Amino acid sequence: MKTEYKIIADIIENNSSILDVGCDDGTLMEFLKNNKSPNIRGIEISKEKVQTCIAKGLTVIEGNAEFDLKQFPNDSFDYVVLGQTLQAFINPELVIKELLRVGKKAIVTIPNFGHWKVRLNLLIKGTMPITNSLPHNWYNTPNIHMCTIKDFVKFSEIIGFKIFKSLALKNKNISNINNSNLFFKNLFGELGIFLIEK
Amino acid sequence: MNIKDKIKTLIIEKPLKLDCGQTISNFPLAYETFGTLNQNKDNAILVCHALTGDQFVTGINPITKKDGWWTYAVGPNKSIDTNKYFVICANVLGGCMGSFGPSHENPKTKKIYGADFPVITINDIVNAQVNLLDFFGIDKLFSVVGGSMGGMQVLQFVSNFPNKARTAIPIACTSNHSAQNIAFNELGRQAITADHNWSEGNYNSNKTVPDKGLAVARMAAHITYLSKKGLQEKFGRKLQERDDLKFGFDADFQIESYLRYQGSVFVDRFDANSYLYITRAMDYFDLVKQFNGNLSNAFKNTKTKFFVISFTSDWLYPTQENKEIVIALNAINANVGFVEIESDKGHDSFLLDVPDFLKAVKNFLDKSFEEKL
Repeated sequence: MKTEYKIIADIIENNSSILDVGCDDGTLMEFLKNNKSPNIRGIEISKEKVQTCIAKGLTVIEGNAEFDLKQFPNDSFDYVVLGQTLQAFINPELVIKELLRVGKKAIVTIPNFGHWKVRLNLLIKGTMPITNSLPHNWYNTPNIHMCTIKDFVKFSEIIGFKIFKSLALKNKNISNINNSNLFFKNLFGELGIFLIEK
Repeated sequence: MNIKDKIKTLIIEKPLKLDCGQTISNFPLAYETFGTLNQNKDNAILVCHALTGDQFVTGINPITKKDGWWTYAVGPNKSIDTNKYFVICANVLGGCMGSFGPSHENPKTKKIYGADFPVITINDIVNAQVNLLDFFGIDKLFSVVGGSMGGMQVLQFVSNFPNKARTAIPIACTSNHSAQNIAFNELGRQAITADHNWSEGNYNSNKTVPDKGLAVARMAAHITYLSKKGLQEKFGRKLQERDDLKFGFDADFQIESYLRYQGSVFVDRFDANSYLYITRAMDYFDLVKQFNGNLSNAFKNTKTKFFVISFTSDWLYPTQENKEIVIALNAINANVGFVEIESDKGHDSFLLDVPDFLKAVKNFLDKSFEEKL
């Protein structure tokens, strides 16, 4: 099980209602369903992956978070999870607002574009960075709105949502992010994990 | 052996008040079952048939001698696995495969009902069907499943009986008939009633039947079940057993011949008056209106787990209309999954060999069945 998923599971309280946005093949959903709460739904854009989820007995809707979250009433779920997909949306601002409307709380994870390897990649090679967590070329990447951990923290101030918990993941080590260490976490964290609320 | 010997019927004694205001009682409901009801009686699946279907879901239909209409999906080890589940299907009220319909005799006048049969609705159809649960002593179905008009019955069933199904699979359907749907049905009805043999619906007593009208109705409807792409790929402009155009009105093109054939075999197994009544029931179906403009209210009391399925090339009940059901369910936080299946076979996809569809149904049912109550 990916460390990221374990961290997400640790944040979520038992028996809460959960929506996994962009649930992929349902790996996280299955883990949460077995360990946290049976009350879990998913939304996924790929037909093939929806089928995989159904085969796992998961309740998933084929849809696009940018258009299909609006069908859920306010505060439908205790937690809405968005794992490493914020950067792929045409309008991440709208998606974040929708997450916070539909969920009482949201958990958002972002691949950190501020990581030193990414920075170095661009600095030395002068080409768009390709790393383990960002394996695509600039012309075929689904990631059209990359951001850094620092960007996301700033984003919360601009949009006006609260960050309750912010964690940086480096290899398999988790650490808290705070104002005094933000510079370093933004340089060494591969992934940022945020628990947010409107 | 007489046809009637091949049809199982349940006589429903309890009066049923129809939406039109009339009350019927002591009427027959023809049904068939497949598989075995387990001891807990918790493995039953009610399959609801579409406009021209019947209770002979799978295996050889004893009347037509052809495969049942949902042989791809229902049977041993299939999507709806009859080794595991007990499948029940009833011929709809107003139908012509043994259930109470316009070809029955009116006990008061001793004449065939014909056009004097009461107009029935999807609601009436469902309220008649639920008697089968009592008959088999089933408290709660494992699932209620149906495509097209069968899907409408699924929606109505869960709405009417929120505690009678653990799961529900409405397929390629809608919560209310669109103007286009009504228009196509009206075209079919006009074809039938314009046939001189229809005789205001009294044709049964004249021994001449409105075959031509019914065949045209079927031909028109059949086009709506297929996609443009599917038709083009299968027929294109190919000619029927000839090298060149004949400059006449015979079936030059294969598509013409195909439609004529579909029309001609249909009239052998279907009753024109039943076609009028059942298409009317579909047109009157409006679950949104029934709940004062809010479809969500139709399902607000249910814990049923839904799985809505649509097809990319279905233009009769397009994905958007199926999605409206999903949206209404999500608005009340109901348990609903949804997938749109890629297929160029049009509305008929749910009846055909579409592996992604068959796989989705099987996985949903089998996984849901494993879940603890």
